[in-house]
Amino acid sequence: MSEPTIRTQNLHKNHLKTRLAIFGVLALLLIIGSNFSEYLCPYDPYLQDLANAKAPCSFAHPFGTDRYGRDMLSRVIVGSKTSIYSTLLLVAFITVFGTVVGVFCAWSGKWVDTVLMRISDMFLAFPGLVFALAVAAVLGGGVQNAIIALAAISWPKYARIARSQTLAQKEAVYLRAARLSGSGTWKLIFKHILPNIFGPILVTAMLDIGTMMMELAGLSFLGLGAKPPVAEWGSMMSDTRNLLTTHPWVTLAPGYAIFVSVMIFNMLGDTVRDWLDPRNRRREV
Amino acid sequence: MEPILKVEGLTKIFSSKGREDYTAVDGVSFSMMPGEKLAIIGESGSGKTTVVNMVARLLDATSGMITLDGEDITRAKGRRMKGIYGKMQMVFQTPADSFDPRRTLGDGIAESLVNRGTAKKEAMARAEQLLGLCGLGKEFVKRYPHEVSGGQCQRAAIARAVAISPKLLILDEATSALDVTVQKDILELLTTLKEERNMSYLFICHDIALVQNFCDRVLVMYHGKIVEEGIPDDVIRHPKEDYTRNLIDSVL
Amino acid sequence: MKMSFQIHPNGAESRARIEGRTEGIIRYEHVDISYNGKLAVHDISFVVGEGEILGIVGESGSGKSTLIKAAMGLLGRNGLVTRGDIWYNGHDLPDLPPKEMRKICGAQIGMIFQTAGSSFCPIRTVRVQLYEFITEHEKMGKQEFEDRAQGLLSRFGFREPKRILDSYPFELSGGMQQRVGIAAAMLLNPKILMADEPTSALDVSVQKQVVEEMLMVRETFGTTILLVTHNLGVIRAMADNVLVLRGGEAVEYGNAKEILADPQSEYTRKLLAAVPKLRR
Repeated sequence: MSEPTIRTQNLHKNHLKTRLAIFGVLALLLIIGSNFSEYLCPYDPYLQDLANAKAPCSFAHPFGTDRYGRDMLSRVIVGSKTSIYSTLLLVAFITVFGTVVGVFCAWSGKWVDTVLMRISDMFLAFPGLVFALAVAAVLGGGVQNAIIALAAISWPKYARIARSQTLAQKEAVYLRAARLSGSGTWKLIFKHILPNIFGPILVTAMLDIGTMMMELAGLSFLGLGAKPPVAEWGSMMSDTRNLLTTHPWVTLAPGYAIFVSVMIFNMLGDTVRDWLDPRNRRREV
Repeated sequence: MEPILKVEGLTKIFSSKGREDYTAVDGVSFSMMPGEKLAIIGESGSGKTTVVNMVARLLDATSGMITLDGEDITRAKGRRMKGIYGKMQMVFQTPADSFDPRRTLGDGIAESLVNRGTAKKEAMARAEQLLGLCGLGKEFVKRYPHEVSGGQCQRAAIARAVAISPKLLILDEATSALDVTVQKDILELLTTLKEERNMSYLFICHDIALVQNFCDRVLVMYHGKIVEEGIPDDVIRHPKEDYTRNLIDSVL
Repeated sequence: MKMSFQIHPNGAESRARIEGRTEGIIRYEHVDISYNGKLAVHDISFVVGEGEILGIVGESGSGKSTLIKAAMGLLGRNGLVTRGDIWYNGHDLPDLPPKEMRKICGAQIGMIFQTAGSSFCPIRTVRVQLYEFITEHEKMGKQEFEDRAQGLLSRFGFREPKRILDSYPFELSGGMQQRVGIAAAMLLNPKILMADEPTSALDVSVQKQVVEEMLMVRETFGTTILLVTHNLGVIRAMADNVLVLRGGEAVEYGNAKEILADPQSEYTRKLLAAVPKLRR
């Protein structure tokens, strides 16, 4: 009889922790950077220099200058404050509000559930961005109103997720055990349900940061968001769109900024989702 | 002596729109004396789990009466439950699922103590003691359900159940998902605890041989009704019903 | 073939029987299986003769399911037979390319899982799925399939084969699903049937039925069966030979009746002692 065959295994290294660290740090840098954006600008973003208007990218001005001679790099940096902060505020609001409604519906059940879910269906039934446009137009422009408009159409998604997650957890064996331990409704919700539904909601929120940033930029592009001279990436692209063929860097610079930010938050969201996946969890133990 | 648990005419009918009503439990009556080990045997669909869920007030009965230690608990809810759960506890079939996956075993055990006013620190110390009583070392207080084996988790679940010294312990297929050697150890633990703490056991099971070796009395359920009851030896050797006879003959 | 673990000594006959048998229909030789670099099964060797029922018994973590999954290429991305060979029909199964393995799976080596119901697609009828299964391996007209399927189901004691074929999996009870699963696995008349805990999720009365049906399969079709279970009662009722596993290693191997009556290993004795016995 021959010797037993030996086969070697390719071990799949789990790079999850590394990816989490990288994207987490990048996202953090973005957020901190946007907070201290004024200090990071090489030039005053509002300082006009007409003599140097529409200058192409150079060592002095890595992103060139816009039609008023303002340094594009500085404009982009300062725009981050509005773009990123508004987005985070928006996402935070819809996550919290949607989750509260969803958990409340799932826990109460019966007619409360039916009524609130139909209301959320109503919001879902409107064509998203068009509805946001209508709301923003009625309220007038400005970043705040744009946020309100987008919040109005985006919260139902979180309510649905929170509701179905809560319904699933409600039937779980450990919840029965917790009831037998004497825990009342509030304790059950805060100590047991919320931590267990947190995962999918967090992942949705992180992936939504990119989407919301684009929608906010979209509204601003259409003139319903930030108004000049406030620097915001979407409105910056809108203001300069007729320069796209002649002096593209002016329009593209804020575009790249949106692209890079959305990518970072999306990758972070993906990684967080993989990390929270119980199958990955178990292997780490 | 008053029975620790008395169930009279317990019925549960599940109705859903567009479907026929389904009678899961049909007029079940029995009593348990303090210190007794009563088994309910039945196959899937017999209604034994539904009966037990109603007794534990995890499910509302359609009709009938449940009396625990002299108190009518049939419609009990809300604040009354704290007192009731002080007398009655349950151990479930899947140990890992019966703990919150995001909390440690120690947290799970301490929960019932904290709910009754014990300070968190003291509760955790009690949890360590209880784990020791159930054959687990102190380090298990900090472990998560998915980090321990089925048998270890079930010991923690038993520790949690006896933490507030209940009079009635319901074991819902508590050993069915465990390896046979682990099952033996858990049954030994349950026997020891029962003697130390004067508990009564309501034992839901599908293994008739286990019931014969562990329980004092057995009820056989089929299609929501009790079809036979008695001492395990009698029921096994002289079954009155065909269904019971079939069940016993099927044991490999 | 050298056996490094305990064979029941009382069976000089059984020893000779096993040692003399170098061929058999499936042969595991010094098999090691690892998941992600960690050894799950270590140095397992055994031979199964044609028409034999081998029971592989062990507790959780013993590696018993892993052992038969290895033969069918079901170890997943993270599992690998890191050492040893599984010989079937001249092929070393772990080294077979996926295309060849697909030809063997189902047609020559069939498999039944613990919950046959979940191996059925819930949104299609039993008939459609069985037909798809058969036509993967054999060309067959719809009428010929219908006759064969209904004939087989009647053989298995189903009184209304047509109704079963018309049903969706969720319309059948757990026990029915399992029995249909076994019948389905036998449609292509495989030489070997791998059964992974086929009775564990079933009620006691259905368990007995399933055990009887599997014995019928061996009687009628001469199928070899590798049965993985933690239930010693099933082993007692069905198995010719038994392999006792613990922590991925073989603890005892030999004739089932002899081992169950007089186990040589401490662990086997402990297992047997732990099983509650019905005193009739």
